[in-house]
Amino acid sequence: MKISNLKIAIAGNPNCGKTTLFNSLTNLRAHVGNWPGVTVEKKEGKIDFMGKTVEVADLPGVYSLSPYSPEEKIARDYILDGGADVIINIVDASNIERNLYLTTQILETSAPVVVALNMTDIARKNNIRLDTSALSKRLGAPVVEICALKNEGLKDLLKACLKAAESPREPFDAFAGSSLEEPVKKIAEIAAAAGKKNPKMLAACAVESGAENSGFSKSEAEQIEKILSETPPHPVLGADFEAIIADTRFNKIGGVLSGILKKPAMSEKLTASDKADRILTGKILGLPIFLAIRAVVFNLTFGEDLLFLQSIAGLFGVEIGAVESPGVMLQGWAESLIEWISSGAAAGLESAGASGWVRGLVVDGVLAGVGAVLSFVPQILMLFLFLSIMEDTGYMARAAFLTDKFLRKFGLSGKAFMPMIMCFGCSVPAMMGARTLENPKERRLMIMLAPFFSCGAKLPIWAIFAAAIFPKNADLAIFAIYLSGIIVAFIASLILKNTILKGEPSPFILELPPYRIPTLKNVLANLWEKLKHYITKAATIIAGATVVIWFLSSFDFSLGMVETSSKESILGSIGSFIAPIFAPLGWGGGDLGWKAVTAAITGLIAKEMVVSTMGVLYNPGVEGDALEDEAAGTALGLAISATFSPLAAVSYMLFNLLSVPCMAAVATAHAEFGSTKQTWITIAFWLSTAWIVSFLVYNVGSIFF
Amino acid sequence: MKTLNDLKTKECARVVKIAGAGAVRRRLFDMGLTPNTEVLVRKTAPMGDPVEIVIRGYELSLRKSEAELVIIER
Repeated sequence: MKISNLKIAIAGNPNCGKTTLFNSLTNLRAHVGNWPGVTVEKKEGKIDFMGKTVEVADLPGVYSLSPYSPEEKIARDYILDGGADVIINIVDASNIERNLYLTTQILETSAPVVVALNMTDIARKNNIRLDTSALSKRLGAPVVEICALKNEGLKDLLKACLKAAESPREPFDAFAGSSLEEPVKKIAEIAAAAGKKNPKMLAACAVESGAENSGFSKSEAEQIEKILSETPPHPVLGADFEAIIADTRFNKIGGVLSGILKKPAMSEKLTASDKADRILTGKILGLPIFLAIRAVVFNLTFGEDLLFLQSIAGLFGVEIGAVESPGVMLQGWAESLIEWISSGAAAGLESAGASGWVRGLVVDGVLAGVGAVLSFVPQILMLFLFLSIMEDTGYMARAAFLTDKFLRKFGLSGKAFMPMIMCFGCSVPAMMGARTLENPKERRLMIMLAPFFSCGAKLPIWAIFAAAIFPKNADLAIFAIYLSGIIVAFIASLILKNTILKGEPSPFILELPPYRIPTLKNVLANLWEKLKHYITKAATIIAGATVVIWFLSSFDFSLGMVETSSKESILGSIGSFIAPIFAPLGWGGGDLGWKAVTAAITGLIAKEMVVSTMGVLYNPGVEGDALEDEAAGTALGLAISATFSPLAAVSYMLFNLLSVPCMAAVATAHAEFGSTKQTWITIAFWLSTAWIVSFLVYNVGSIFF
Repeated sequence: MKTLNDLKTKECARVVKIAGAGAVRRRLFDMGLTPNTEVLVRKTAPMGDPVEIVIRGYELSLRKSEAELVIIER
């Protein structure tokens, strides 16, 4: 049997079923990585078909091959460089006119192309009829009808690909018969003479975007300029070649479809999707429904009281027990599992006679690290479950439509709402959710602002400080800290947008696709990809950091084991050494300053550790973890009110709110940026924001109080 | 000169040209807003911005600042 490889790339518009086709072809056995140098997802998979190994790559979804967005550049370079043996251009039959725009560009290359006509079922339902064989003849490329959702037509598609790989094709000419026919032909000759691949496509690019932007040399560019200046001006558009090219392409598409496409006239008759949309994005119910969906999603992920049932019953005077949400329940299971393993390992090591440091390394270091990694998994799964359902149904685009005006104030677009809300639960899934934002600068901004929206792990710090320092107005104090985080995020976004994230605001030109039912297969594929990404990219850093912090807090510089986080430990020594840096913030000076500083350092690793460490340091004699044990917590409260002035306490809370949220968030940010430099910039940004805000609040406050 | 922003909900018009420059302008062309295309304003978002239009049989949303670049004729 002859075995040869075939490389297929799938190209197409967003929302045309590209990912569904990819998942159906590769059967969920995809490898997800990044395109070189950019954080645009690259998905690849391998399948066996008719005795051949077929590699399938999923190109980013784009509307055109314009060289503007990173996605467009990737798709364009890949197609121009001949990275694939065959390109499947997937086209939405229910929205064919605009979809064919990209097709005309792809067909200008000499690469073998198969056009996959998707969503034929929806088109039929909407009374759209298309003569496929006539379309194939006019485009000069095979056209195969498929329904990616139902796995229909996939074999025919692959067969067509095998055939297309061996039969050369004439590049499509979108400009024949137009005012651009002659200039494009002449420029293509220049490109061909220079030995360039795909001369016709390059010629069109040169007319559209300028010759030098399209890879022509200076002398060639001069020749091209001359050809263009000799071209008679367009009757309406003059010498605006960018407009003429787009206009010519769409006119050509009109010509290709004329007589073979039958569709009902644009009518006011509403489809089911339109009717749903009238309510979901309507003036009256749009925002309330949106907020209700967000509240439910947040509740299902982080809520201790499932769907607020206990609170609602309480309103009616009925007392019922709270049911945990799936997110919290899964997290509980993950914690019990790791606790069970830890206690088993501890007992096993003890009976085997292992020394104290071995037990510490295994239980408090390695297993605690694995536990920390696992504890984020339920929330990541829940978040991406909802994100992918929203994306697949088409509601995500509507959510962006509804909230864009508000989020623009933060320099973010409407799509950022979901990750932003998630920040109040946990920064890790929120940062991963930022990848739904198209603009890379916006993605960075979202990740950099994430810690300022106070997460769940910080709440115990607020609770203990608010109760100790402001016993009468504890709830108000906690509310104030959440609000200050939002205000700082707002100011920081203004500063970042005008400094390191400076640039043109990303346009908000967003397709609102028809509502669709999400499929289990796509949702599962998405969940699996995100989980794999988290485990491979972030987990090692999180687990490693836990081991390092165990070492630093359990040993002194002569490597003798000491009381956890005590002054003698390496961590305590570091805390004492750098304490003067925090003296101007009101809590780093004096004999006890190093304790607050050391607790804040452990907070950079995980915010849960702040209260526990403070308990150990301020009340060494008290048994129990101040985070969980009530008596130890009360004792810590007393110690805090005795050592912190109200202003110093506020300053300390603000520092913990704004500084590095935790090792897990740093690891996730690093995985999302894909750049060590950006990660360090972000860490520096968090630390300096925390220091500056705390400094200002403490010192300006001192004038008044 | 009228722009898309001058249209009320449910009003139709024809695109004359696209003002502006660079990435935004190209994106508008790529999405099918070329001269002589029919556009219909479907609705405005509850907070007054962005707007939703129907072109070439599909729905597209634009901010007012981008809709302003679309010069139209009734």
